[in-house]
Amino acid sequence: MTILKVVRYVILDVVRNRWVLAYGLFFLAVTDVLLRLGGSGPRAMLSLLNVVVLLIPLVTIVFGTIYWHGAREFNELLLSQPVARGTLFHGLFAGLVIPLSVAFVVGVTIPVLVQRAADGQTTKLLLLLLLAGCALTAVFGALAVLIAGLVDDRLKGLGIALGVWLVMTVAYDGLVLWVAMAFQDYPIEGAMLALSFANPVDLARVLLVLRFDVSALMGYTGAVMQRMLGTPLGIAAAIGGLAAWTIVPGLFALRAFHRRDF
Amino acid sequence: MQRVGDALRLAAAGGRVLVKPGLYLEPTLRIERPVTLEGEPGAILDGGGTHTILEIAADDVTVRGLTLRNTGPSQSEERAGIRAAGVRNCRIESNHLDQTLFAIYLADVQDCLVRANIVRGPESAQMVSGNGIHVWSSRQVQVLDNDVRGHRDGIYFEFVSDGHVVGNRSERSARYGMHFMFSNDCRYERNLYLQNNNGVAVMYSKRAEFIDNRFERNWGSAAYGLLLKDINDSRIEGNQFVSNSVGLYLEDANRNRVIGNTFQGNGWALKSLANALDNVYEHNIFEGNAFDVGTNSRSNVSFFRENYWDRYRGYDLDRDGFGDVPHAPVRLFALVVERAPATLILLRSLLVDLLDLAERVIPSLTPETLLDDRPLMKRPERQVSRG
Repeated sequence: MTILKVVRYVILDVVRNRWVLAYGLFFLAVTDVLLRLGGSGPRAMLSLLNVVVLLIPLVTIVFGTIYWHGAREFNELLLSQPVARGTLFHGLFAGLVIPLSVAFVVGVTIPVLVQRAADGQTTKLLLLLLLAGCALTAVFGALAVLIAGLVDDRLKGLGIALGVWLVMTVAYDGLVLWVAMAFQDYPIEGAMLALSFANPVDLARVLLVLRFDVSALMGYTGAVMQRMLGTPLGIAAAIGGLAAWTIVPGLFALRAFHRRDF
Repeated sequence: MQRVGDALRLAAAGGRVLVKPGLYLEPTLRIERPVTLEGEPGAILDGGGTHTILEIAADDVTVRGLTLRNTGPSQSEERAGIRAAGVRNCRIESNHLDQTLFAIYLADVQDCLVRANIVRGPESAQMVSGNGIHVWSSRQVQVLDNDVRGHRDGIYFEFVSDGHVVGNRSERSARYGMHFMFSNDCRYERNLYLQNNNGVAVMYSKRAEFIDNRFERNWGSAAYGLLLKDINDSRIEGNQFVSNSVGLYLEDANRNRVIGNTFQGNGWALKSLANALDNVYEHNIFEGNAFDVGTNSRSNVSFFRENYWDRYRGYDLDRDGFGDVPHAPVRLFALVVERAPATLILLRSLLVDLLDLAERVIPSLTPETLLDDRPLMKRPERQVSRG
């Protein structure tokens, strides 16, 4: 039961500092504008895709790193009480990821409901978008606590967080582009897919892009990817990949947390 | 009389044979005099799965209101629901054709009219299915308001001149919704081509006119809304290309005028190969396409004027309704994908958007002269109807 108390406290703390509220309002405004301008639901969802795969990682990793550093004194205080380190860690992590996810989900869902844009197609896309967004929040939340756990200096941690974000959203795609161009004469669809599994941002993006009906334009490549990722099994594998991206950094962060000297 | 065949043998020239409701299972019926063969509702001619059902072998024959079905498949003969060869002035109207190899087969005819027939094919692989409305080596054929579904090619023209194809609906063909070759001076108007396996392909023809047609949801790795191969001096005006893998594809197609069309939600709105010369694109709308224009050439050989591009980011200081900065519709990423298709996995990646932006500011790889000098600032008021 201690863990619930910790989670409750952290959630209250996170929500109190208004960042999360602004984050939720941002999604509310963006979704509302996109629905009004774009007309149809699916097109608005498609525009949201870019926001989701770029902004969620950025905000989560920056906010997470800062928050974790800021919570240090609180952690020291709690650890002087009979609270297990693992419990505190999980409580802190859940307290970080849950409010951000909720802000995102609520912010996106309200305009869709208010404007009655939720036809069958839109609902399906929306659900996948929400799922991918929450998964990315968890992944980058885990990366944030890992960074904060390994680096004591607050500014340095922030710099590393931004670096990680930049690598995953931009630099990594440069590598993918290079591989695709360098080996264009070979059947590399499988390798490309493996590469995208190795980066959570790419994984979420490809998963969403495939759903947004652009798969057919891809010809052979698209067909291969559609067959691997477009099926329920493929989606499950992608979700599994994103889960692995949460659990592995999370475990490292937990280990770092256990080894800390405070 | 119990048999349609007997009635047709006895009918006088200019007479009318009325088929009462019922199922008629007879050998191939052959019309050898100018008569009108008309079915009351429920009159069904059945081919028993073994042969062509009706053959028109005289001028001035009208076939109306019949249901013809079940020719059975064949690899060796071209069985048809209604077959007309070497005749003039035939009219085939308001018939139902169901599960025929070829539904309506015209060869070597002149001044024939095929109107308001409903054709339902087997929706099977192209190997074992024929064309819906098949016209070969004919002149002045009119194909109006038919509804064709599930054949190999919905509407097929080969060596036809002065044909009119108006108001038809062709969907779910195993190959092309419409396919024509070597057919000059034909006009295609207000047709709907929907979810055909490979879209519509037209080849080796001159002076064709495509007006106000709609090409929709032709998805697939080899699907094109409208594929033009070796089509010259033609007009493509007022058509809607919606949600196709490739909206309009030009290969070796020259001096065509592509005006006032709407390209919406396609993978590629327009693909023009380097051997498509002197085509003019004016007043078209490009919106919501993954790629607007694709080409495999660095030099430009076509003209873009006064189109509306939803990607245009320029401004209009003098308020004349046209952007002051030319628009370059070929994205760098489009060229990259053309060379290495596997890079499509990067679609909608921030990196790609950044590269596109850099290329737009300082063009180095995209065709420098492929520009729309006067892009429209506002989307023309033109509604995209629902199919």
